[in-house]
Amino acid sequence: MQPAELSAVEIVAAIRQGDMTAVQCTEAFLDRAARLDGSINAFLKIDREGALETAAAIDARRKAGKPLGALAGLPVAVKDALCTRDLPTTCASKMLAGFRPPYDADTVARLRAADAVIVGKTNMDEFAMGGSNENSAFGPVKNPWDLSRAPGGSSGGSAACVAADMAPVAIGSDTGGSIRQPAGLCGITGLKPTYGRVSRRGLVAFASSLDQIGPMARSAADCALVLETIAGHDPRDSTSLTAEVPRYSELLEQPLTGLKIGRVAEHYAEGLDPEVRKGVDEAYAVFEAAGATVHDIELPHAKYGVPTYYLIAPCEASSNLARYDGAHYGHRAEPGTGHQAEPAGGHRAESGSSQHFDSPLVEMYCRSRGEGFGPEVKRRIMLGTYALSAGYYDAYYAKALKVRRLIRQDYLDAFAKVDLIGGPVSATPAFKLGEKTGDPLAMYLVDLYTVATNLAGVGGISFPCGFTRGGLPVGFQLQGPALAEPLLLRATDRFQRLTDWHLRRPKQTA
Amino acid sequence: MTLARKDVAKVAMLARLALSDAEIDTMTGELSKIVGFVSLLEEIDTAAVAPLAHPLDTQNAFRDDVPAASLTTAEALQSAPRHDGECFLVPAVLGESGAA
Repeated sequence: MQPAELSAVEIVAAIRQGDMTAVQCTEAFLDRAARLDGSINAFLKIDREGALETAAAIDARRKAGKPLGALAGLPVAVKDALCTRDLPTTCASKMLAGFRPPYDADTVARLRAADAVIVGKTNMDEFAMGGSNENSAFGPVKNPWDLSRAPGGSSGGSAACVAADMAPVAIGSDTGGSIRQPAGLCGITGLKPTYGRVSRRGLVAFASSLDQIGPMARSAADCALVLETIAGHDPRDSTSLTAEVPRYSELLEQPLTGLKIGRVAEHYAEGLDPEVRKGVDEAYAVFEAAGATVHDIELPHAKYGVPTYYLIAPCEASSNLARYDGAHYGHRAEPGTGHQAEPAGGHRAESGSSQHFDSPLVEMYCRSRGEGFGPEVKRRIMLGTYALSAGYYDAYYAKALKVRRLIRQDYLDAFAKVDLIGGPVSATPAFKLGEKTGDPLAMYLVDLYTVATNLAGVGGISFPCGFTRGGLPVGFQLQGPALAEPLLLRATDRFQRLTDWHLRRPKQTA
Repeated sequence: MTLARKDVAKVAMLARLALSDAEIDTMTGELSKIVGFVSLLEEIDTAAVAPLAHPLDTQNAFRDDVPAASLTTAEALQSAPRHDGECFLVPAVLGESGAA
């Protein structure tokens, strides 16, 4: 039995039935990661020792006839934005190099309680800010389908490690598309649940009104299995939802007869790659063959999604990232000597600065942050601070909040007419590494089809619906109303019973 | 939309970011471009629209005020760059610091 060829659902069943041990399974994935990750860079940390120890303990408990958790023996890779008590948590930033969280994120605690095996922490854009994984302080992730291309971001490491079968399941986080876009570019399935469905406790905060954790895997059925473990109310996240968690994996069977899927006129704007368009159109045809009907709808404020997002998210980030002060944890600039302060290593500011600091403490704050943060994080902190500063608040931040309401209203109006909204995840397939790094604004536009989901607080799922002639995956996105995860998963699962795009594997990592 | 260099330098101090002169130059150009882009929102009439800070109609989550275990001092200090076993250590809060 080759564990890398099995789905998460099959792995859990095989271990439960004794067809395979947790150690055999974990070892198989770790061996693949050891062999392949040198060229992909999906992991920031592979915890071989810890994972095998956990797996052995699960096998021993099974042998002794003791009860096992719902995910017993399932290897899971976790985005490095989630706190893990026994593993470093860096958010791919020099600011957090060497940081050891004193607690587990709620999602990590739930995975451990369900006897999942955490195999490592995955690479990402620094503090989840980026759409290509090139903003990692520890080097970009390569797309397993073409190593010269980006895997998307910010959960690029999580997407790539599933695409290359280095883990059957990974956890990502999505603030403006960071689960769905890399899933689409890497040919896997990724779910961004409704805001608040999964606790944010222990997820390093980027934009608190937008951040949401979700599963990334081969298929909707595997995502369903993981979501039913990680979803649920957490009294320590006051924004987590109290609604009961359905058994998602038991709700996949019902056919799609009568399901109404919206096709959005605004998705066919200039810039949509013809091969992506073809894949998306064919996906609608698959849904129609499954009994769904497709209806043309409008999201009139769609084109304002990206500018609205790039005000709200940086504003929230500038506030959230104020906690990195060099005093409590994380990088600290070595004390200066008065007028000739000399920062140590890191992103050292080039010589020549005319900044004046009010006190040694303020100087330490500023230098620690100047050295610890990479260029994109600095850019977003600056943008957010500017938009919140006196004289600009109403013109930018308050304005964006008003447009956010209009965007959410578009969704409420659309869901009065249709059950789900379809469309592309990204306008193009995976782009070349370096292609957009010189132009921050071009990189922001890769989020065109995904940011509005987060602004509206609803759920979205992306999955492969075809390949380009050059062999790159094309992703399809479904968005649903709040708490429509059962429907998102069921529709995607039905699509995956009728197609085999999600079963294709990249040749490079065979 | 063009931001003035001195405004960018002021924002850097508000954000507590030490930036070199070269970084401030680059940032001035990039932020001007981005602010120009987000100004697209000006074309929407939002006079009658209330701001939406949060996607869901959430209510304040109350709990009983009962003592419970929290991080120990050692746990809270475990990743501190400098501490004395009880407190975080930082440079002087008062006093001048020169430009560098």
